[in-house]
Amino acid sequence: MAVCVYRTSRVVVQGITGKEGRYHALACRDYGTKVVAGVTPGKGGMDVEGIPVYNTMEEAVQNNHPNVSLIFVPPPFAADAILEAVGSGIKTIVCITEGIPVLDMVKVKRVIEKENVTLIGPNCPGIITPGATKIGIMPGHIFKRGSVGIISRSGTLLYETADQITKAGLGQSTCVGIGGDPIIGTDYIYWLERFEQDPETEAVMMVGEIGGNAEEKAAEYVKNHMKKPVFAFIAGRTAPPGRRMGHAGAIIMGKSGTAEYKYEVLRASGVHTIENPGYIGETIYKTLKEEYSL
Amino acid sequence: MKLHEYQAKEVLASYGVPVPEGRVTHFPYDAWMVSMELGLPVVLKAQVLTGGRGKAGGVKLAKTSDEARDIAQELFGKKLVTKQTGPQGVIVRKLLVEKAADIDRELYFSIVVDRTTSKPTVIASKRGGMSIEEVAEQYPEDIIKIPIDPAVGFLPYQIRRLKYDLELTAQEKEAAKIFSALYQAFSEKDCSLLELNPLVVLKSGHLLAVDAKMDIDENALYRRRDISRMRDLTESDPDELEARFSGLNFIKLPGNIGCMVNGAGLAMTTMDVIKLAGGEPANFLDVGGEATPETIAKGFEIITRDPKVKAIFINIFGGIVRCDKVANGIIQALKTVEVKIPVVIRLTGMNKEEGMEILKKAPMQFYIAEDLREAAKMVSDLSNNKNNETEKKPAEKAKAGKKEK
Repeated sequence: MAVCVYRTSRVVVQGITGKEGRYHALACRDYGTKVVAGVTPGKGGMDVEGIPVYNTMEEAVQNNHPNVSLIFVPPPFAADAILEAVGSGIKTIVCITEGIPVLDMVKVKRVIEKENVTLIGPNCPGIITPGATKIGIMPGHIFKRGSVGIISRSGTLLYETADQITKAGLGQSTCVGIGGDPIIGTDYIYWLERFEQDPETEAVMMVGEIGGNAEEKAAEYVKNHMKKPVFAFIAGRTAPPGRRMGHAGAIIMGKSGTAEYKYEVLRASGVHTIENPGYIGETIYKTLKEEYSL
Repeated sequence: MKLHEYQAKEVLASYGVPVPEGRVTHFPYDAWMVSMELGLPVVLKAQVLTGGRGKAGGVKLAKTSDEARDIAQELFGKKLVTKQTGPQGVIVRKLLVEKAADIDRELYFSIVVDRTTSKPTVIASKRGGMSIEEVAEQYPEDIIKIPIDPAVGFLPYQIRRLKYDLELTAQEKEAAKIFSALYQAFSEKDCSLLELNPLVVLKSGHLLAVDAKMDIDENALYRRRDISRMRDLTESDPDELEARFSGLNFIKLPGNIGCMVNGAGLAMTTMDVIKLAGGEPANFLDVGGEATPETIAKGFEIITRDPKVKAIFINIFGGIVRCDKVANGIIQALKTVEVKIPVVIRLTGMNKEEGMEILKKAPMQFYIAEDLREAAKMVSDLSNNKNNETEKKPAEKAKAGKKEK
C-alpha cells in the first residue's frame, strides 16, 4: 500500500518548461513516476523529452488524464496555478514553490477545503513512496521502501531523517514534506490519520520545527487516535525568539511555539521524542526492536 | 518587513484612519521646532523596529519645547535594550514628535493571520495600552476574536459586534469607518500584522490611533513597491543585509562556530546539534538551493568577519544541489576568500562519493565528517581548542584556506 501516492499515480507538472520544472519532471520520470503531461501557458504544443506540454490544465486533463499535479510555478502566479489545478478537477496537488504571499494562501486554503482537495505544501520537497513513485524534488536514492512513515515541515531535514532511517536498516512507507509556510494545505493530523490506516506503515516519524502550534495539535491527535508508535524531533531549540529562521513559519512568538514546549506536550501525549538529531535513525530502530518487537 | 510607527501611521492616514499630528525628527533642534509648531505638550517616540520600547525608556512626554529638546538630546544615539533586541540593543536614530492626546480610554485592536484557522482574524479588547499577552492572561474574557472570511471580507455585523463590545455606541459611524479602513489597509498592503495599541477614545469622544505597528509579508513585497521602498536599511544588521542581497539567509548569533547549511530546517538542526555537542553556533546560515562558488564565498566572507568565530561547520545534504558541485564550490570559494580557521565538512546525499573525492584532492585541508553527530563533536571540540582524537587528520592542524602547493 503506502499513502496518498502510488505507482499508478499519473502526474502533470505545472511550470514544466522552467529550469527547475524541467529538471525535476525528468528526475521524477527517471525514478519511475508516471509523468504524463506538463502545463506552461504559451508553450502548448511543445514537448519536454516526450512529455506533452499544454497551455491549460483543462487540456492536460482531457488528453492525458493526470490525477496528481506537481507545481513549480513562480510565487506571484503559484496560487493561481493551484486554483487552476483545482478547477480542472485534480484532487491531489503538490506545490514546491517557495515564497507565496500569505494572503494568497488564505484564499487558496478556503477553496481547497471546500473542494476537498489534498494540497501538499507549498514550500515543500513533495512526497515519495520509495521504489514506486516520487512526486517532488528529493534525491530518490536515499530512500528505501520500508515501514516508517515520515512527515516533515522541512525539506533537507526530511532527507536527513530518511537517510538516518535507511542507514539504521529500516525503510520508509511514504515520506511527505508538508511545507515550511504559515499556511499549508495539509497538517500532521491529516497524515497521521492516513499512516495509522496504512497496513504497510508500522511507525511514524514527525519532523517538526519551532513556530505555530501544529505539533501541539498533532500531539493531541496521537494521544486520542494513534495506536502505532510515533516519534518526533523539533528543530530550532537554539533559535532566538522573534527571528524568522528561514521558513516563514519558523518563528517563536511568546511562550508557545518553542521547541521545549512542543517536546513537553509531545512527551505527555505518548510520543517518543528524539532530542538529539544525530540519533534519529538509531533511536527509532532500537525503540521499535526493544519496545515493540518489530 | 517591519514598518516604523511613523510609516505605518502614514499608510493608515491614507486610508482615513485618524492619527496624531506629528513629524519625524533627526536632531534635537528639530524636536524643539516641531514642538513649537504642533503645540504643547508633545510626546517623543523613538522610531526603532522592536517591541517594548516604552518600557525601555523610548517614549517620553515633554511639557515645554526646551524639555522636548533635552529629551531628544538624550534619546538620539541612545541604545535601547528591550526583551526583543537582546543585550546589544538598538540605536535611536529617529524620533517621532507628536501632539499629546487628551485620552479618555485606551482600546486594543489588531489583525493577524491566524495559522490555526488560516483566516485573517481581528483581535480587540477594551483593555488597551498594556500588552495583549498580559490581557490574555489576566482578563481572557475581555478579548474578542473575529475570524474574517477573505471571500466576503470584514462584514457589517462583525463590525457592529465589535462596536458594542468595545462600548463605542457614541462613536458608531466613526468606529465603523475606521474598522473597515483598517481591514482594507491590512489586505491591500499584505500585512502579516496590523496592531493599534492603543487605539484611544479622546475626551472629545473621537477615536485616534495613538500607536501603530505594521508588519508586511516579505513574500508580497514584489507587488507592494510603495511599501518596499520604506525599508529602513539602517535598522538591519549590515552582515544580514549583505547576505540577503547575495541570496543567503543569515542571522547572527552569539557563539563561535560559523555554520553554512543548505535548507532552513537543516540549518536550525545544525545549530541544535552543535549546542548538544557542547559548542555554540555563531550564526544561522541557509545557502539555499543553489550553493554556487559565489554564494559559498560570500558565506565564508561574512562568517569569518566575526572575530569570535573559531571554526566553521559546512553541512550540506545534496538534493537539488549535487555534492560534487558543492565540493568544487567550496574549493573555488577558498581560493578567493582566506580562511585561517578549521573547516569541518559534512557532505552527503546526491553524488556524495564524487564530492568527497574532490575534497580529498583539494589543495587545502579540511576536517571531513561522516555524519551529523561526528561533525558536531569535531567542530565543537575545535572551537573549544580541544585537541583530542576525534579529528580525522590529527597531524595536520587546521590549515584550511592556505593557498600552498
